[in-house]
Amino acid sequence: MNFDDTPQEAAFRETARKWVEANAPRELHAELSKSSLGRIRLAHHDIVDVGKAWQKKKFEGNWACLHWPKDYGGRGATPIERVIWQQEEGVYGKLTQPFQIGEGMCGPTVMAFGSEDAKRRYLPKLASGEEIWCQLFSEPAAGSDVAGLRTRAEKKGDDWVVNGQKIWTSGAHYSDYGLLIARTDPNVPKHKGLTMFFLDMKSPGVEVRPIKQANGMQEFNEVYFTDVVIPDSQRLGAVGEGWSVSLTTLMNERMSIGARLATGVPEMFEFCSNLMLEDGLAIDDPAVRSKLASWAVKSSGLKYTSYRAISALSKGERPGPENSIGKLVSGMMLQDIATYAMDLQGAAGVLTGTDEETVQGQFQQMLLSSPSMRIAGGTDEILRNIIAERVLGLPGDIRVDKDVPYNKIPTKGR
Amino acid sequence: MNFDFSDDQKQLRDQARKFLAEKCSPKAVRVVLDGKATYDKELWKGLAEMGFLGVAIPEEYGGAGAGHLELCVIAEEMGRANAPVPFSSTVYLAAEALLIAGSDAQKKKWLPAIASGEAIGTLALFEGKGNPSPKNVKLTAVNGVLNGVKKPVADGTIADFAVVAARTGSSGRENDISLFLVDLRAGGVEIKSLTNLDPTRGQAEISFRDCRVEPLGAAGEGWSILTAVLDRAAVLCAFEQVGGADRALEMGRDYALDRIAFGRQIGSFQAVKHMLADMYVSATLARSNSYYGAWALSTNAAELPEAAAAARISATQAFQHCAKNNIQVHGGMGFTWEFDCHMYYRRANAMALGLGSLSYWEDQLIDRMRKKNAA
Repeated sequence: MNFDDTPQEAAFRETARKWVEANAPRELHAELSKSSLGRIRLAHHDIVDVGKAWQKKKFEGNWACLHWPKDYGGRGATPIERVIWQQEEGVYGKLTQPFQIGEGMCGPTVMAFGSEDAKRRYLPKLASGEEIWCQLFSEPAAGSDVAGLRTRAEKKGDDWVVNGQKIWTSGAHYSDYGLLIARTDPNVPKHKGLTMFFLDMKSPGVEVRPIKQANGMQEFNEVYFTDVVIPDSQRLGAVGEGWSVSLTTLMNERMSIGARLATGVPEMFEFCSNLMLEDGLAIDDPAVRSKLASWAVKSSGLKYTSYRAISALSKGERPGPENSIGKLVSGMMLQDIATYAMDLQGAAGVLTGTDEETVQGQFQQMLLSSPSMRIAGGTDEILRNIIAERVLGLPGDIRVDKDVPYNKIPTKGR
Repeated sequence: MNFDFSDDQKQLRDQARKFLAEKCSPKAVRVVLDGKATYDKELWKGLAEMGFLGVAIPEEYGGAGAGHLELCVIAEEMGRANAPVPFSSTVYLAAEALLIAGSDAQKKKWLPAIASGEAIGTLALFEGKGNPSPKNVKLTAVNGVLNGVKKPVADGTIADFAVVAARTGSSGRENDISLFLVDLRAGGVEIKSLTNLDPTRGQAEISFRDCRVEPLGAAGEGWSILTAVLDRAAVLCAFEQVGGADRALEMGRDYALDRIAFGRQIGSFQAVKHMLADMYVSATLARSNSYYGAWALSTNAAELPEAAAAARISATQAFQHCAKNNIQVHGGMGFTWEFDCHMYYRRANAMALGLGSLSYWEDQLIDRMRKKNAA
């Protein structure tokens, strides 16, 4: 048992470290280090602009999408090399936020189901950051039950004509392409009538509208489709196979192990170490200590769980299912920590300004943003179902609509 | 990075699991639970023969000389089997104290006897209510003569010897405390059995009256030795707790698959599925924290104090959580004496207190994290 690199891993790490040292935008380091929670906001730069510059540099240095094959813009790196890269890229990895959906989900789907022409045309530009991709799965009436989606794609000659609406699309407003799942046959059960496509987000009939969220920010979009034409050559997988194609997309997402989730623990520890209560420092209060300790061991537990997965990758093994717990644990913890940090501030906890008392309002912002951590990318409840069914082997839920033709499923105003 | 046990260590774990499945069935545990024996003597002999008691004891003292990672995998299986033997008292506490502070003669006398199963040891630290703290040690040692009462002492009724914490000064500082090695068969020792939460592991009150004893380690070093011993034991106990948590989770899962209600397996209801998923989350966090503790223990890393506290907290919470919800999944049957759920519930809650309570270790963790942050 050790934390050491193998000689090959150490050599790879050294190469990566040197390259990052020589090429990273150091002027952003301090600001990127500070923004540990939620979306990245930079004072003087647009994240997409600086992100594109960093991504292009990485592509030229052969460090972009490095686990992809060389032919498609990657480096042909092993999973453990990818983890080492992420560790060495460090805070600059936050600059890749606009490309994560493309790299993690859209790219691998095109890789698995696209034609050779499509792979050579689209993947290198995705890797270089020149073209950004988004994912068009969720709908207002199809969140956790995404297979219940309504957006229709109808065949007209060699083309498909799409009508409908997607929601919760990150980055749709700056994306060039989108991965779209749509219903092509409403007469069969819901999982069987879906087909996957990709489309140019600048196509006529595509309208992107920002969503104002509960925390007051605008990070997601609604995307409306009105008679949008997609050539059949942009179909991924067979007609009616969209559901199994989407499972490939989602499986790839779960493989990204190096990504450390924010837990709020370092911020809370720091806060309690400095906060003066009536009887002294907050961190000297037994009740505060008890809570802090419980959060700290959750956070360290997640960290060492990811180390176990990295070790499996290092040995060329598949990581076990234990990594599925990350978002479930960290999402709830963020919300609990934010609530308690404000409790410690007493009546002043209600204030969201940037004065000293509220610590720049960071916990207030955490409180307002944390509900999305428990919903986006699989709700807490869906994650528990996944653990119960796939890890513990418990029975799947009873699905009353499973064998019913889609257009016969009872609904509210379809 | 190789943050995992080696193939040999995993093989040892499998071997221990197989051995315990055979020799330590729930039926065997119940013999002790029902008060028909004070501990499972046959199992204890078998553990000695397998080399498990002395796995981390150096060969020169009659052990296998393997190491603490090997001891961790065995500990996990002992927890899984809910073994009714004084393993933690003897191996994690007494043997570790001897290894850290014993003279060569003391080690030669007791360690081979531990490895061979002939001697049972324990630590006599507590004196009634309260957590580990120098100020809670009232029992005195004057010129090598002990006077005072220790309770609870785990496995005290069956132990042959004890490491005893005693007050040798009154400055109000840690160096008021010294450790002594006591042959419990000698004169001046009176042992009384106490009833406790987990009858598969005895608890005792031990009174010392003008009891002549020998020092263990230097005078005034008692508290620093104890702190080291408790940290090491915290990691090893965490593995027992992880083993117990996993077993409780498995029992709950198996029952949820087997039991039919409302015309369905109860494991198909989300209320039950989610409860089991949360148990898996706790158990996984505890396992990962314990692995880190194992690394720190086996390498004697500077991180051990923090790692041990984190492992202890995480594993205590996980075992309590899994044992409690295992009963809930079982419903009424889980509350019968006949079903085994309560044995894990008892063990989980007894273990949560044995080395100091959860709140004590939470306090320790925060102190240690602060020390690290300040450094």
